[in-house]
Amino acid sequence: MKKVMMKGVEAIGEAAIKAGCRNYFGYPITPQSELTEYMARRLPEVGGSFLQAESEVAAVNMLYGASSVGKRVMTSTSSPGFSLMQEGISYIACAQLPAVFVNVVRGGPGLGDIQPSQGDYFQATKGGGHGDYRLIVLSPSTVQEATELTLLAFDLADKYRNPVLIFADGLLGQMMEPVAFEEKEITYDNSHWALTGSKNRPPRQVTSFNIDPYGLEKMNIELQKKYRQVEANETRYEEFLIEDADILIVAHGTVGRIAKSVVRMAREEGLKIGLFRPITLYPYPYDALSKAAQEKSLVLTVEMSSGQMLEDVKLAVCGKTKIEFYGRMAGVVPTPEEIFTHLKTLIRGQ
Amino acid sequence: MMHSIIFAGFGGQGVMLMGQVLAQAGMSENKYVTWFPSYGPEMRGGTANCTVVVSEEPVASPVVEMPTEVVAMNIPSLLKFEPKVQKNGCLFINISVVDRKPQRSDIRVYEIPANDIAERIGNLKVANMVMLGSFVQVTKCVSIDSLIEAMKYKLSARSSEIIDLNTKAIFEGAKHVGG
Repeated sequence: MKKVMMKGVEAIGEAAIKAGCRNYFGYPITPQSELTEYMARRLPEVGGSFLQAESEVAAVNMLYGASSVGKRVMTSTSSPGFSLMQEGISYIACAQLPAVFVNVVRGGPGLGDIQPSQGDYFQATKGGGHGDYRLIVLSPSTVQEATELTLLAFDLADKYRNPVLIFADGLLGQMMEPVAFEEKEITYDNSHWALTGSKNRPPRQVTSFNIDPYGLEKMNIELQKKYRQVEANETRYEEFLIEDADILIVAHGTVGRIAKSVVRMAREEGLKIGLFRPITLYPYPYDALSKAAQEKSLVLTVEMSSGQMLEDVKLAVCGKTKIEFYGRMAGVVPTPEEIFTHLKTLIRGQ
Repeated sequence: MMHSIIFAGFGGQGVMLMGQVLAQAGMSENKYVTWFPSYGPEMRGGTANCTVVVSEEPVASPVVEMPTEVVAMNIPSLLKFEPKVQKNGCLFINISVVDRKPQRSDIRVYEIPANDIAERIGNLKVANMVMLGSFVQVTKCVSIDSLIEAMKYKLSARSSEIIDLNTKAIFEGAKHVGG
């Protein structure tokens, strides 16, 4: 496959087009405006439509509408913009519609800054919007993986009729890296539920509303059944040199790739370190991590946040192995050297 | 060997392109490469920089605190990045624009009159490729041939005159440091 140098956000845009997305609605915000620009340039070339909404609130509701008729739809934004979309995401989840979201996370809270962060982990994986719903959340760590996960995002969205989130950050979004696109035929068929006009068939309804609590509870039970399926089938993670490892680093996304270098540095010094990298943040790979952490002397969780994924690591490890945390916040990217230094301090303290 | 390079200069000097051409050349040699722009609140005419990593191993982070090499195309870039060059690393200074000397003695310094060479061969705008030619000749981070091919790829929408001029700029830059 031919490799090209592409910016993370542009590669996600191209992957979306390759996945058959022809409808994009969005509102520019740093550090992902190049994705909005890319779709504005590319979609007309492939017979799609690009629409710059007047706000993120408008964009998410446009997505809701376009998804209802069975189209593959996407929007992208960054942290404050993603917060604005939460109401619509909850509606889309309840209405059981497929839609792909990209959050190129930046430093927060508040208006924050525009540098890379993972501080929206709670928002992505534990709700963000109201009610009992779940987003499928994918966390790429390279530009190549971002394109692959974008293709997967559209498939999962259709398969489960559920919104899917690509959880990136400013670093992955802004960097250029070689990427190769797999050429594969895209087929999808949403005709069995999409609102396409009820001529010659009974009318259908797509709604996120039921005034009868018993009726709404039924809708909720259906959702929960679906989430259990997602949890059983769609958990993804990468294990790197964990077999003989004495210490396990757990990190996702950008920090996952940085931690991989830490593992290499440690191995060069004879320290047996391994990496567990969750790729799906929901469903979280609890069982696999629980197994990977067994008989390790230490689990070090590293994040670009105050320790949000840390809570899931604790749930997985369940007190069986000691857990430490190292994090940077607000847009500061940890270097491999500083993580390694911290790790060596922990080893000395053991 | 891992090269981590910061290219810095005024907006308009083509520092982003320098980085992209080098990264493209590295990719063509099947090396691991990343390119990362400074994307703070920048303004037109202000300073711009990008970081390129060219490595035999997968690149951990495209953000680099202490680069192995710095290319300073103007004075603010020299002031900002000279202190960050790794010990025994290289600093390339565009002395056509920078009228001061570096402070450090624990790094190798290459003073390249990039603007003067570019003007001599016909267009000030190719000062970036002159500098890139010198840079690659010294660091051997990629081959000059790969660099020229990468430049041609990046400028493929431009006229053959422009491509020829940029090719000449790379050769002249390399020649200045003994290539």
